Amino acid sequence: MNKFFISGSPHIQGEESTKKIMYGVVIAMIPTMLFSIYFFGVDAIRVFLIAIVASLFFEWIIQKYLIKGALTINDGSALVTAILLALNLPSNLPTWMIIIGALVAIGMAKMSFGGLGKNVFNPALVARVFLLVSFPVEMTSWPKPSPITEGLADVVTGPTPLGIVKEGLGANKTMSELAPEIPSYTQGLMGDMGGSMGEVSAIALILGGVYMMWKKIITWHIPVSMLLTVAIFSGIFWGVDPEHYADPVFHMLTGGMLLGAIFMATDMVSSPMTKSGQLVYGFGIGLLTILIRMWGAYPEGVSFAILIMNAVVPLINRGFKPKRFGVNPGVALNK
Amino acid sequence: MGILRTFALGGIHPAENKLSSNAPIETLPVPKQAIVPLGQNLGAPSKPIVKKGDEVKVGQLIAEAGGFISTNIHSPVSGKVLKIDNAIDGSGYKRPCIIINTTEDEWADGIDTSKDIVSEITLESKEIIEKIKNAGIVGLGGATFPTYVKLMPPTGKIAEYLIINGVECEPYLTADHRMMLEMGQEIIIGIRILMKALNVKKAFIGIENNKPDAISHLNELLKGSDDIEVQPLKVQYPQGGEKQLIKASVNREVPSGKLPIEVGCVVQNVGTAFAVYEAVQKNKPLIERVVTVTGKAVKKPSNFMVRIGTQISELIDAAEGLPEDTGKIIGGGPMMGKAITSLEIPVVKGTSGILLMKKDESSRNVEGPCIRCSKCTYVCPMGLEPFLLSKAAKLGNYEMAENEAIMDCIECGSCQYGCPSAIPLLDYLRLGKLKVGQILRNRNNK
Repeated sequence: MNKFFISGSPHIQGEESTKKIMYGVVIAMIPTMLFSIYFFGVDAIRVFLIAIVASLFFEWIIQKYLIKGALTINDGSALVTAILLALNLPSNLPTWMIIIGALVAIGMAKMSFGGLGKNVFNPALVARVFLLVSFPVEMTSWPKPSPITEGLADVVTGPTPLGIVKEGLGANKTMSELAPEIPSYTQGLMGDMGGSMGEVSAIALILGGVYMMWKKIITWHIPVSMLLTVAIFSGIFWGVDPEHYADPVFHMLTGGMLLGAIFMATDMVSSPMTKSGQLVYGFGIGLLTILIRMWGAYPEGVSFAILIMNAVVPLINRGFKPKRFGVNPGVALNK
Repeated sequence: MGILRTFALGGIHPAENKLSSNAPIETLPVPKQAIVPLGQNLGAPSKPIVKKGDEVKVGQLIAEAGGFISTNIHSPVSGKVLKIDNAIDGSGYKRPCIIINTTEDEWADGIDTSKDIVSEITLESKEIIEKIKNAGIVGLGGATFPTYVKLMPPTGKIAEYLIINGVECEPYLTADHRMMLEMGQEIIIGIRILMKALNVKKAFIGIENNKPDAISHLNELLKGSDDIEVQPLKVQYPQGGEKQLIKASVNREVPSGKLPIEVGCVVQNVGTAFAVYEAVQKNKPLIERVVTVTGKAVKKPSNFMVRIGTQISELIDAAEGLPEDTGKIIGGGPMMGKAITSLEIPVVKGTSGILLMKKDESSRNVEGPCIRCSKCTYVCPMGLEPFLLSKAAKLGNYEMAENEAIMDCIECGSCQYGCPSAIPLLDYLRLGKLKVGQILRNRNNK
């Protein structure tokens, strides 16, 4: 007698897989990686390699000896975390600090919650903030970009544009006095300014975002609502008092705004499940970012804003449900 | 062509694989033995009225309705009742069946077996419904809900539109497609009969635009009349779902937990319309149907007109045999069909297709952890959250499952199809629905 498989429907499976999604994100990050290597040179390659090797190693060893489950380093998620972590670091960060960052990201933020899919917070951001509060000096002396094509030069460090503005405004300077010190829009678009490896080039980040939307890895909801919120709030203050508040385009192009909006806030695991929830989540991140940037102690607020909103996600998931079929259907004929 | 109509929420577009769409319907020889299960409709099984040794003719009543939601069953062959015994049917379980050994092909009196088309509808609404009831007609799209019940709206509810389901959104299946091409005239008369029975003035035939030949053929036949309108629909699964089709056709939403009549609609399948034509105009009860036999390894993907009770092995033989590489047999389409355990099971009223899957297509992918990508939520045509419902069912939190509207699930499988972690979401959802259904019944009985 013939033996046949028996299972419940459906009997066909779509093309999607976790692996494809994760490697799709990796592909989307390639332009940003290339730009960072162009601007920060060999040091950038070092940061990427260390972050990747360390993250994969921690993922492997924890999965094997602590969780004792099937091997997961091939699913691509640790690679995504590793690259995101690297993109959040200054290119001159000492190697041992990068390794600690990888341990915090993979070990503390991801595996201790149970591994892929279980983490509440974005692992790479947890690591960034951990490093920022542990090593404030190393994490805030940002190398100035020096394109590889212009030959090897000594690394010059300096504050980020956001840092310049924060400090300047704090010292009662006006925006027009600070103007010569901050990068032009073109420099911001290309990435020719101080900052972490991944946050400098707007063009590369947007390219990656468009790719992910085309591949349906992310939807527009989180980035657009986050950026729109930032634009509106910073726009209001700038409109009222342009001498004491930076303009919206400056806010968009500097710091981790685009990196956060495109790659960090859209992390599937730690963002809301419905599109309406995602709009709220993006709004929250945008608002918190601006609050921190304008009145907080740190010049940059994207990472804190995302982590705070990560914690709110379970609540958002409860409050924002998808539109159900046949609930409030409008006119019904036979009452 | 402009923007095609479709339903609003969710939906997926799996590979269509309509391998047999160009294969004309072939009538298979009468089987040597017919195995006729007593449970062929949604609702109560039928009660046999013949016994071992009785001589029966084709179309003779052999089992009658066992309740309000139940149907008559007629003999698909002429011969001698061998026994009434348990045999494995499409469910995989042994269920009572009437087994008839065929002798000749002698039809019961009064059945018009000619091919002449009778277009004049002489009967009144009540008589039509009675005839449809007596002929044992059920929804032939696969749900097998007794047709006559749908034609009798509860008092106070009025049908405004008849919507004919020619969507055939399941991949692979082509039975409805071929019927629309080859039996268009009969189907249209069947639709007018149903309209008369329901006293509605307007009918729509929803057809996905991957069947342009069917759309233009029916439009040709309907030239000059405006009571029936063909609606080309954008290809999207599960458009053949009753609620989705109503949304696509007339932009009305059946309220949660209610029937289509709530929004003035009655939906019938094209195959059902054909069966209605035969029953009302030709006195022919439902004893045969069109079945697609298909699959990537099948030598001759086909559409067969077969008698109910024919074993599927005979259909597979007619499609030039069971491929060596067959790993799974599905009764119906790949999205909602049921895996079949044996080649001996009979074709029943609800069998729309036999799909033979190759071995490498047969097993599921390895399940991974939920990465909370929310794709299941995006594709759910009912606006549910399958990840949440499956988890609630898995953890036995049926109260949550009920509150999150698990009973709205139409089991279309879109969530599981699109899950990148290959989580068997629908398995858990079915379990949840079963349990919540029990809880609801217990509550209502108190």
